[in-house]
Amino acid sequence: MLKLLKYFKPIEWLMIVLTVGLVVLQVELTLTIPEYLEDIIALIGQSATSGEIWKVGGIMIGLAACEVVVIIAINYLTSHVGAGLARTIRRKVFGQVEDFSMQEISKFSTSSLITRCTNDISQIQMIITMCLRMLITAPIMGIGAIFKIFNKSKELSLATMVAIFVLIILIITVNIIVVPKFKLLQKSTDDLNMITRENLSGLKVIRAFNTEDIQEEKFDKINKRNANLNIFVNRVMSLLFPGMNMIMNLLTLCIVWIGSILVNKGTLEIGILLSFSQYAMHVLFSFLMLSMMFIMIPRAMVSAGRINEVIATPIIIKSSTTTSTKTNNGTIKFDNVSFAYPKSQENVLDKIDFEAKPGEIVAFIGSTGSGKSTLINLIPRFFDATEGNVLVDGVNVKDYKLSSLRNKIGYVPQKTLLFSGTIRDNLLDSNPNATEEEMWKALEIAQAKEFVQNLEGGLDFVLSQGATNVSGGQKQRLSIARAIIRHPEILIFDDSFSALDYKTDQLLRTTLAKELNHITTLIVGQRIGTIMNADKIIVLDEGKIVGMGTHKELMKNCPIYQEIAYSQLSKEELENA
Amino acid sequence: MPRQPRMMGPGGVEKAKDFKKSFKHLFSYIKPYLLSIILALTMTTIATVLVLVATRMLGNITSEIQLALKNNRDIDLKKISSIGIIIGCFYVINFVFHYIQNFIMTGVSQKVAYKMRQEISIKINKLPLKYYDGDSIGNILSRITNDADTISSNLSNVINQIFHSLAMLLGTIVMMFTINVPMTFIVFASIPLSALIMVSIVKGSQKYFRLQQNALGAVNGQIEEMFTNHTVVKAYSLEKKSLKQFDGLNQTLYVSAWKSQFFSGIIHPMMNFVGNLCYVFVAIIGGIFAIKGSLLIGDIQSFITYTKQFNQPISQLSSISSSLQNMVAANERIMEFLQEEEEPVDTDTVELPNKIKGDVEFTNVCFGYDPDKEIIHNFSASIKAGQKVAIVGPTGSGKTTLVSLLMRFYQINSGDITIDGTSIYKMKKSDVHSLFGMVLQDTWLFNGTVRENLTYGADISNEKLEEICKKAKVDHFIKSFPGGYDMVITEENAISQGQKQLLTIARAMIQNNPMLILDEATSNVDTRTEEIIQQAMDKLTEGRTSFVIAHRLSTIKNADLILVLKDGNIIEQGNHEELLKANGFYATLYNSQFTK
Repeated sequence: MLKLLKYFKPIEWLMIVLTVGLVVLQVELTLTIPEYLEDIIALIGQSATSGEIWKVGGIMIGLAACEVVVIIAINYLTSHVGAGLARTIRRKVFGQVEDFSMQEISKFSTSSLITRCTNDISQIQMIITMCLRMLITAPIMGIGAIFKIFNKSKELSLATMVAIFVLIILIITVNIIVVPKFKLLQKSTDDLNMITRENLSGLKVIRAFNTEDIQEEKFDKINKRNANLNIFVNRVMSLLFPGMNMIMNLLTLCIVWIGSILVNKGTLEIGILLSFSQYAMHVLFSFLMLSMMFIMIPRAMVSAGRINEVIATPIIIKSSTTTSTKTNNGTIKFDNVSFAYPKSQENVLDKIDFEAKPGEIVAFIGSTGSGKSTLINLIPRFFDATEGNVLVDGVNVKDYKLSSLRNKIGYVPQKTLLFSGTIRDNLLDSNPNATEEEMWKALEIAQAKEFVQNLEGGLDFVLSQGATNVSGGQKQRLSIARAIIRHPEILIFDDSFSALDYKTDQLLRTTLAKELNHITTLIVGQRIGTIMNADKIIVLDEGKIVGMGTHKELMKNCPIYQEIAYSQLSKEELENA
Repeated sequence: MPRQPRMMGPGGVEKAKDFKKSFKHLFSYIKPYLLSIILALTMTTIATVLVLVATRMLGNITSEIQLALKNNRDIDLKKISSIGIIIGCFYVINFVFHYIQNFIMTGVSQKVAYKMRQEISIKINKLPLKYYDGDSIGNILSRITNDADTISSNLSNVINQIFHSLAMLLGTIVMMFTINVPMTFIVFASIPLSALIMVSIVKGSQKYFRLQQNALGAVNGQIEEMFTNHTVVKAYSLEKKSLKQFDGLNQTLYVSAWKSQFFSGIIHPMMNFVGNLCYVFVAIIGGIFAIKGSLLIGDIQSFITYTKQFNQPISQLSSISSSLQNMVAANERIMEFLQEEEEPVDTDTVELPNKIKGDVEFTNVCFGYDPDKEIIHNFSASIKAGQKVAIVGPTGSGKTTLVSLLMRFYQINSGDITIDGTSIYKMKKSDVHSLFGMVLQDTWLFNGTVRENLTYGADISNEKLEEICKKAKVDHFIKSFPGGYDMVITEENAISQGQKQLLTIARAMIQNNPMLILDEATSNVDTRTEEIIQQAMDKLTEGRTSFVIAHRLSTIKNADLILVLKDGNIIEQGNHEELLKANGFYATLYNSQFTK
């Protein structure tokens, strides 16, 4: 939590200092008002004129007006500070994540990063604004009020102390009983969510197996437990409010009661009897506020910790200096490359050695977990090799300026990711200088021209978030067009043809081979049909290259390749191919 | 949808479409507890009255002191003690009653929420599957958790507070009048002032709360989009562009956030100020009366307390009304779900014969999810017992629809489907289901042990279970799990997609139903696992009439009947050779896939 405080800007620190000053003023005002009540009471005792009372009353109204102005000013400052801190932290976390490579992302998972950047920060904003007000006000008010009462009467102060003590015991006891249950409660809510989700996602299976009763029974069990737990926790919690109320009421009674004895002895003014209970309430409230803070701060700490974790994650992949203009002959060379995830003993890739010459098509195949995707992710430096070197155009990728390296590459990811906005915007993201003509050309190569023409607005058709308003195959073709339009030296397809039907897949590959034969192309594929015609096929198994060559060669000498091939196509089909 | 944190406050009020109807529905849940609620409310009322009286008595003590001082006599401490003891008792009783009332109301509201959840859970299984095509899982989920929560957390508050506030309001008015009439009117004069401040601030802050909600939505939307598209951001060096966009949105959010925070933050001090004004005026006027001798200091003291208590219910009014509205709106959503039309109950059903052979006949079947939009036209086919039917076609062509009709998940528009000559619409729905084993592409397993998942509803011995699992090639990896068959399957378990698929096949084997529905798609599985899965599937189909959503050439070639679907229509049917000869859609599909 404290670590996040360093994100306050100087002006915000100034505001905080100003807030503290204003709070002191506010407390002074709040605590002075009851003293004038004493004066009025005293005036009554002296049978003064109503004019004198009006005078005192006028001062009180003036003070109350000042007080409200000061409080509004405090509120103004704290609102700024809270929202400002949230803005700074949000920017910091977002910027940090934008700098992350896949390596750091994989440490967190995307959905967790999203929650950290949204909910957790909202949480912090709320608590900072509240804390600023309460955390500053409570101690000052408490101390101020205690000063006032100690001056007035030792005995009554003692009674107040006892009340505070009882109040704290009440809060602590309730918390001791309830806090451990909160975790259970959270779990029970999660369970409820889980079983409902399960019932809904398994709808068909449940009906097909006639197991509605079993599921309902399971739900009932969790639901009952949830209700009982809630009843218990809420019943204990609901002790708090009436309990606090009783303590305050009894304290007021004690003050009057004990006060009457003191007045009788002549050691206390009757006016103080009235003002004292107000001061005592201020003291009690300060303690209440503080104890509430102690309940809320730990919750904020969880959020703060999660945010800090993101900010504190070092960025491993840093840009270097070599810039290089695009040429028309991209070469790629893997020189004894190994890769392992941090803290993992096992290599995902082991001593990979190969070369792709300008204009060559190199394909990768292997079962899931064989390291195909990881391998091609090393080229745009989404990850860095742990051993060996990856060279693009003869230069180690680690020596490039990142944007310069990535500018050479047209990358088509496995999961098609398009931005909300027009198709034109998405293409311009890749190449800001693309002309209308170039766009249509790229779409044509990607087999997307026809359907884009049929969309309302053509290039200006607006894609929704996640591009849910076009089909999976269409998305993939758009994503391919985006890669083509930047005129890359190197094209990388990370299993990018899977959403296409066989016909389009084939058509696309033929056009690519014809139109872009100067571009070095890397393809990761699952279907033999997709990769069969590559210049070089590399077969991966458990991170190692177990075969390299053309389809014909591999069919002869690579057993794993044969196994994959036969599982997809029959013998005669393969031979006919 | 971008995630949005639930924001409560002056901006977060929802309105029900039909308040009265929803309220009535909610009331029907509360009704059984009416007696305990009345008891609770009676207690609140008594407790409130006791506190009001205690305040008055406390003032009397002060007055006694004042009179004693004025008349220069000793204070009657005995009298004060006896009053003090009574007041103390009142406070303790107030606490006890108040607590009992909380105790009762907590129980009532949780039981109401429990009952609603229970009914939703049962309703889920009663609705036709068609319903779920329109409504998302997230929506129903939020009804069970959030909406039911909103009801349980607001119900007791609303009922308690309405009565407590009313009793308090009336009580303080009566007490104030008994002390001093002109002073009471001063307090009344503050009501329009408070109302004016309240309304104007709430209006202003609502505007900014809405702005903040929108800005938050925009920021969170961008965060979500950029984070999920991270690979592309990197690959195309879009970091700068995205940051620039973010900064703009973030700034808008900042402005609306501090403004809404500021406006909602000044309600309390402003109301406090009005309270203070009342307090001062009461002190002044009271003081003047006291000097004249028509009022005692104790009266002023009690009156000040009443003034404060009088303001409380008024400032609570807006929070009660928004709680009430949120609650009724939440209840309306639950009510709508519970009142959805259920699947008709089977009547006049035929008993299933002991032995089902598995002849299936489709006669002139017409179907559309939307009755006006027919997607299967006049489909007829005849399948002999033990035959294998392959269903092929591009994604989205309606392969699952056909299978769902067979399972009676949907009602056909016209025509008939018979099994061994008996219409499935004359059978009990559960009987139809029990005829089929089913393996779907989405590998649904529930949170429970492996054993529970496999036996799911079937009665089978452990030995038999292991035997089948060995056949299905799952025994080996199940035993490698920590805990083996008793390992609890959760979302976090590292069970691979392929293993899950195998488990669902084993589950279908255990059910041992005479017919089979199978989805071959195994897109997330590597080729070697796929091989094993296919072997297991082949074993499963032996000797059973089976309907296979086919992706594998060998399955298609070996099928006794191939149904070719396109855009929801069955456009061709026949076996492999026949269809190739026909040189239609199937032939093109086949050729594009397996030739250069």
